[in-house]
Amino acid sequence: MGLKSNLHSLKEKYKGTKLAPAFNALHTFLYLPNETTHNGTHIKAADDLKRTMNTVIIALLPCLVYGMFNAGYQHYLALGEIEATSGFFAATFWTWDNLIVGMWQVLPLVIVSYGVGLAVEFLFAVIKGHEVEEGYLVTGMLVPLIVPIDIPLWMLAVAVIFGVVIGKEIFGGTGMNILNPALTIRAFLFFSYPTWMSGDKVWVHGAVERDQMIATGESLNAISGETILGAYAQNNSIAYDYWDMFWGLIPGSVGETSKFLIIIGALFLIFTKVGSWRIIVSTLIGALTMGLIFNGVVDAGWIGDSNKFYGLMNIPFWQHLIIGSILFGAVYMATDPVTASQTNKGKWIYGFLIGLISIMIRVFNPAYPEGVFLAILLMNVFAPTIDHYVVQGNVKRRMNRLKVKIN
Amino acid sequence: MGLLSKKDAKLIMDPLSDDNPITIQVLGICSALAITAELEASIVMAVSVMFVLGIGNVVISLMRNIIPSKIRIIVQLIVVATLVIIVDLVLKAFAYELSKTLSVFVGLIITNCIIMGRFEAFALANGPWRSFLDGIGNSFGYGLILILVGFFRELLGSGTLLGYKVLGDPIELTGLYAFGYENNGFMLLSPMALIIVGLIIWVQRSRNPSLIEDE
Repeated sequence: MGLKSNLHSLKEKYKGTKLAPAFNALHTFLYLPNETTHNGTHIKAADDLKRTMNTVIIALLPCLVYGMFNAGYQHYLALGEIEATSGFFAATFWTWDNLIVGMWQVLPLVIVSYGVGLAVEFLFAVIKGHEVEEGYLVTGMLVPLIVPIDIPLWMLAVAVIFGVVIGKEIFGGTGMNILNPALTIRAFLFFSYPTWMSGDKVWVHGAVERDQMIATGESLNAISGETILGAYAQNNSIAYDYWDMFWGLIPGSVGETSKFLIIIGALFLIFTKVGSWRIIVSTLIGALTMGLIFNGVVDAGWIGDSNKFYGLMNIPFWQHLIIGSILFGAVYMATDPVTASQTNKGKWIYGFLIGLISIMIRVFNPAYPEGVFLAILLMNVFAPTIDHYVVQGNVKRRMNRLKVKIN
Repeated sequence: MGLLSKKDAKLIMDPLSDDNPITIQVLGICSALAITAELEASIVMAVSVMFVLGIGNVVISLMRNIIPSKIRIIVQLIVVATLVIIVDLVLKAFAYELSKTLSVFVGLIITNCIIMGRFEAFALANGPWRSFLDGIGNSFGYGLILILVGFFRELLGSGTLLGYKVLGDPIELTGLYAFGYENNGFMLLSPMALIIVGLIIWVQRSRNPSLIEDE
């Protein structure tokens, strides 16, 4: 009796009872389902929803591993125990010490995200009596990558429950949701616990704790992990050069710092045809366009350098792509097939507006230094409208062509 | 209720659950979102609406046979406006701080759809006593949801109830806060009120499937 047959007999035993979906899910997650359908037309293809989800997870894994190393690196760097380094293959970056600190912080985030999220999915599957859906597999991996390293686990758990129930289950589960669940979770955290989600303390492991110790009277130096956007917003000088931003040696949310690995992940997603290159490219074009507009405003001398928007507007337009999380959002969030536009023309419009609005929020609203998640959520809401007009426009054009022929 | 006939009792009891103005008729949402960040404001709002709707319904019912139907909306507005101004002045005189919290929303009771809705749908066609019961019942239903939403928003958003620190002190770190608990800032924003109202609707309809509309 192997594991497979054990599972199979368990599945048979619970067939028709309330808990059946739970056992079915476990079985199909580990093995292929051994039932085949017999009637109707069949299309034979190697990929199913599970395969698609797994492809995205594979594309995310490098970011996760890098995030662990970076968490440790930023921690020790802030403590002054190691020197700042540069380049992707720096010896002081890929060390066991860094990895251990990072794993100790990041793995609990992953476990809480998956544990709570899947528990909610199982609960809904049992109550509603349908199969457990694969939808949470990707969300569960995205969530730890888009939160600050020191976020308390119970906050993450509350947010995951909120995101899965309000963001997905009430619309009918996987494939029916309007908003991206991972971003719903991040938005909930951002508005609920702003002190843990923004500012210059939360991005480096230990900085908040250190602050509390200073508050109780211990003599320590405060750690500052100010993000690049925060520094620009206050017209401060930037401590990192462009290559640091590109390789990812900067403080930030767990998985979004290394632009290099995100680009590799993007190529992988495009190559496997899981992610839409149209959305990725148009998002970046949108961001560059808005950056160019702001640069033009500065060049034309319409605002002086005492203006509160000057610092962010003055960033060379191409740098917007390597600062903050626009690239991560474009590659992993905007391309979510459920919440994005479905039509090809719609995808261009959808992506372009995400890029445009992201940079607009980034520059104009100092309270939300990173507007990417808000921009994507907003466009999620508008995606069906965009599709509607694209389809209607197409219908109209064809009707006109038909009329010309008749005449 | 021995005091009321069965039909009259229904006027009071229906709006509390199966014919609730907010969760079933989806009226008066605006004020339910705007002023429910604190329980106290919710209660005062509920009482104000009860005063306006109870008395307004009686007044309209008494006048129902002499109002020309072409100008009935204007007459109704005058009645509501008069009552709302009374409420506003009373609040300003005896609870100034609270009236500042409620700010424009006391004045906006005039535009609360529940009030005009009940005038139109009930008071114009029924006698004063039944209209009074209907007004009280509907404002009870409205107030119930308001207080429920206000309860959760104040408890989870500020950690207080009616201003009392029931969850401990967030600065002194007592009570729940000693364990790292923090207030949920999202609860103080209006979108969360909408979500709570939505959750109440969800619970109500899953308890009573007959309320679910056919598709």
